[in-house]
Amino acid sequence: MLKLLKSGFFTTLQDLGRFGYRNKGVPVSGVMDAETVSKINMLLANISNAPVMEITMTGPTAIFEADTFIVLGGAEMSVTLNNKPIYNYKVYQVYKGDILSYGRLEKGFRNYLAIKDGFSSEKILGSSSLYFPLTKNSCLKENDSIRYEKHPAFEPKISELKVDSFLNERVLHIHKGPEFQILNDKQLEQLFIKTFTVAKENNRMAYQLHEMIEGHCFSMLTSATMPGTIQFTPAGKLIILMKDGQTTGGYPRIFQLSDKAINILAQKKYGDNISFKLI
Amino acid sequence: MYPISMQSFGVHAILVEWPNKVDENILDDILAFIQDLKKNRLDEKEWELVPSYNSLTLIQRAKPIDFEPFCKNLQEWYNNKGKTKAAQKFLWRLPVCYDLDFGIDLQEVSEVLNISISEIILMHTSNIYTVYSIGFLPGFMYLGGLPKALETSRKTTPRLKIEKGAVGLAGKQTGLYPQESPGGWNIIGNCSVSIFNAKNEPPCFVNVGDKIQFNSISRAEYDLHKIEGEVGIYQLEKIEVDA
Repeated sequence: MLKLLKSGFFTTLQDLGRFGYRNKGVPVSGVMDAETVSKINMLLANISNAPVMEITMTGPTAIFEADTFIVLGGAEMSVTLNNKPIYNYKVYQVYKGDILSYGRLEKGFRNYLAIKDGFSSEKILGSSSLYFPLTKNSCLKENDSIRYEKHPAFEPKISELKVDSFLNERVLHIHKGPEFQILNDKQLEQLFIKTFTVAKENNRMAYQLHEMIEGHCFSMLTSATMPGTIQFTPAGKLIILMKDGQTTGGYPRIFQLSDKAINILAQKKYGDNISFKLI
Repeated sequence: MYPISMQSFGVHAILVEWPNKVDENILDDILAFIQDLKKNRLDEKEWELVPSYNSLTLIQRAKPIDFEPFCKNLQEWYNNKGKTKAAQKFLWRLPVCYDLDFGIDLQEVSEVLNISISEIILMHTSNIYTVYSIGFLPGFMYLGGLPKALETSRKTTPRLKIEKGAVGLAGKQTGLYPQESPGGWNIIGNCSVSIFNAKNEPPCFVNVGDKIQFNSISRAEYDLHKIEGEVGIYQLEKIEVDA
């Protein structure tokens, strides 16, 4: 077990997501930054769907109750293991009683903690991803203990990965969405010339952008949405749906983020700048 | 057969659209197409099919879609689906208690619409609604067919917390909250049955295309259903509907 002495701002357990229930209104959920997670699970020779801890803004302090191996990745946070600094994309052996402690957020927004063979938790509708109301909570709380298998020995093929970090990347590549054609020249100009700022309202469901563009009065029948769909409200607000986002919506879907752009956005926080580029 | 249009929706999805209206024949055609795709064309492990009003979104989980050849196939499959029928549809009779303890906005709705509470309940329960979409929250049904006389505007200030099972009215819509959530609907009752249960497979017994009728029950019956539900002996009334 990994016992959380402190939980951090929003620490959750996620795998790649919950598929096959969107026609019942169930969001896919899953890790926000899938690219980072595929790298750190790979370093531990885990299956790609192995559940990891997603740590947002501030991280937990936690004690390992069995020997194993871990890898961190994603946002740069000053993390220590028994008070000694440890770094992203490097395999560390941990022993029973070791204390992992997250400090300051330096760059990015979400750090990931992968553990040998993944954290184990109850699967609901085929996934370990926490999502209220399917699971009791959306995030982990102080004193929660998360199960994992003991691994006293493991020979990593690669023990450290040089990663081309995208934490500084600001340009989001986007595809035209189904209602792209409702945009007029002025709106298009605003969309592609402006730099946008991530609003305070940003979480696993959606990222709202602070700057508005000229509004519209287009009305449509409710239709499917996906992670990465950019919704355009009549008032001119842009809402980018993320992994816990609703499966249908009634706002025009003007763009769809590329998979890479979803990962980039997942590492942005309140006040960060982004701009759009059409693929 | 309807004229349908297709467009890419990112690299993993294709949106197919039927004529832009709320129409049960269109919904039936979409559901029949889904049935054909699931039976004969697409692997359900790789594809998710999301119907909603006049559209069907096909999402391929892992791989990107090769758009042009796929759309050609899709159009051909649609043209050749012939008389494939939609999956069996059901009418679900959902028990609702319209007690004022639950129907916290009934009094106000009655005053605004100038209809007595008993008449509101009668109108709300005598009508049969069609499920045009499920989304917004797990198990949240978009129901069509509300009598015009029951159309109301949303509450000016949404409530931060609406009880699970709350049945509400808003604009042309009626529906029920499958989970506790914030919301701006006028609440007129509470359904004693859980629409969505993550422990069940499938987690939501209602499908898009099904019919819903609300059935007025007393507070005592409501409490009994709750107990029966907890021990798992409550039997919901469902009736087969001809396509």
